[in-house]
Amino acid sequence: MNSLVVESAGLLTTVQDFGREGFGVLGVSASGAADAVALRLGNMLLENKAGTPALEMTLTGGTFLFPDGAVICLAGGNFGAQMDGKALELWRPHAILPGKRLVMGATRDFARCYLCVAGGIGVAEFLGSASTHLLSGLGGWEGRALRKGDALPIGKLEKNIRRRKLAAGVLEALRPKKTLRVTRGPQFDWFADEAPRTLAGSEFVVSEESNRMGLRLEGPRLAARGNAKMISEGTPLGAVQVTPSGQAIILFVEQQTTGGYPKIANVIGADLHCVGQLRPRDAIRFEEVSLAEARALWIERQRLLGSDERLFA
Amino acid sequence: MRFQAASDQALLVYLGEEIGAATHERVVRLLRLLQREPIEWIRNIQPAYSSLLIAFDATAVDHTEVQAKITEYETRAEKIPAATARLVEVPVCYGGEFGPDLEEVAAQRGLQAEKVVELHIARTYHAYFLGFAPGFAYLGDLAEEIALPRLETPRKEVAAGSVGIAGRQTAVYPFATPGGWRLIGRTPLEMFRKDREPMGLIGIGDQVRFRPITRAEFLATRRA
Repeated sequence: MNSLVVESAGLLTTVQDFGREGFGVLGVSASGAADAVALRLGNMLLENKAGTPALEMTLTGGTFLFPDGAVICLAGGNFGAQMDGKALELWRPHAILPGKRLVMGATRDFARCYLCVAGGIGVAEFLGSASTHLLSGLGGWEGRALRKGDALPIGKLEKNIRRRKLAAGVLEALRPKKTLRVTRGPQFDWFADEAPRTLAGSEFVVSEESNRMGLRLEGPRLAARGNAKMISEGTPLGAVQVTPSGQAIILFVEQQTTGGYPKIANVIGADLHCVGQLRPRDAIRFEEVSLAEARALWIERQRLLGSDERLFA
Repeated sequence: MRFQAASDQALLVYLGEEIGAATHERVVRLLRLLQREPIEWIRNIQPAYSSLLIAFDATAVDHTEVQAKITEYETRAEKIPAATARLVEVPVCYGGEFGPDLEEVAAQRGLQAEKVVELHIARTYHAYFLGFAPGFAYLGDLAEEIALPRLETPRKEVAAGSVGIAGRQTAVYPFATPGGWRLIGRTPLEMFRKDREPMGLIGIGDQVRFRPITRAEFLATRRA
């Protein structure tokens, strides 16, 4: 088995795929890549299956040695990847010769970068997914973030790699944005009259205390009306819940599956990958769209991602 | 039954507006029917006290179609026999280092610590649903005499196996996680194991009892 050796892990590097959706009854949230669009494109550029496990790096990447060589593709944020002192372009396959190392630095734009490998990262599945669930220490590589010295099995070096390239305009169309489109949350009516205007008209800053479970936002308080008593219920991915102190939290991929805070809004499916690329201190805005618009955007997104003709040059 | 769009790809189905056995039984019956006759566009079901959150494939259906299908299922759900509840016994070493909040709970409710334990073990609890973390079962209803709100400042880390109380609920933390419930004891059992079937020691609808054990018994079980 070929391997990838972690010489330095970076800030938080985990194995992720599309996650394990469907186990809410066990209290298990889906986990999975924070930017599923980047993971998908990175894998497709290598002609892997779209959801093949890859390494998700956060804010600062690591140094990885490939003793047996590999074909890789970097997707997502620009972490200044280099090999032998030469910059490696994002969004295209690169052959790594045996014994070479990939050196990543701090991000220059977005929060996460995916290191996809032809043939994938070989870890055991838990409930049908290779994704790491950090809170419970399940899935991925020993249920934890990677550390110096870890050696992960990877797919075999493919001799003939096609130099697949993304079509012009694809990256622009999918570029993560700082304005998140939302639909109304199930407790929208519980909020005081000015809350929707506050949500739509204000800037919020992503707090340092944000992670794969949720992003805490700093900004104007979103006051709930009166003291209606909420019964804990299931929480959708991307829910914007509001704590009693008026702070908004976006629930994310490793979210708790149920919660008792009212939810004023929910990030639409087509913008969830943007949430995964937000860095602490990023300023964001919300824009309300209808359920019908959100659905149309999602369907168009799935069509684009499912079409080789539209994605690749 | 009431429906509410929760996101562009999720619908909340409310089977009642309160926490109680009758409403929860409707939740479980509908869940069982959806498990028995799975619908291909349902991606996830999250049950809770009085609701089910249905995440669906929005390329296949919209909220109206999901609502119609769930309505049809609900009319048949009452004929589903409620699954026979398992009785799960959880041994707990109360107080001391394992239950750092036991004395405080007793003091706040004007009780002796022994009385708090007595009230905690006196009831058979109903597992309403699993949430928060894998295998974390929300158990109710806790005796009113020992009910207290969550800690103002949650702990950054709660040891795996910790038994907590919050409001009229009690639960066992399956993993070392942050947590805001008041800790009164700890079980040596592993609440969630991926190499076990079922993985969770407690499942939705199960009956749960707590049994006090000594520190020596706790350590012996841990080692076994």
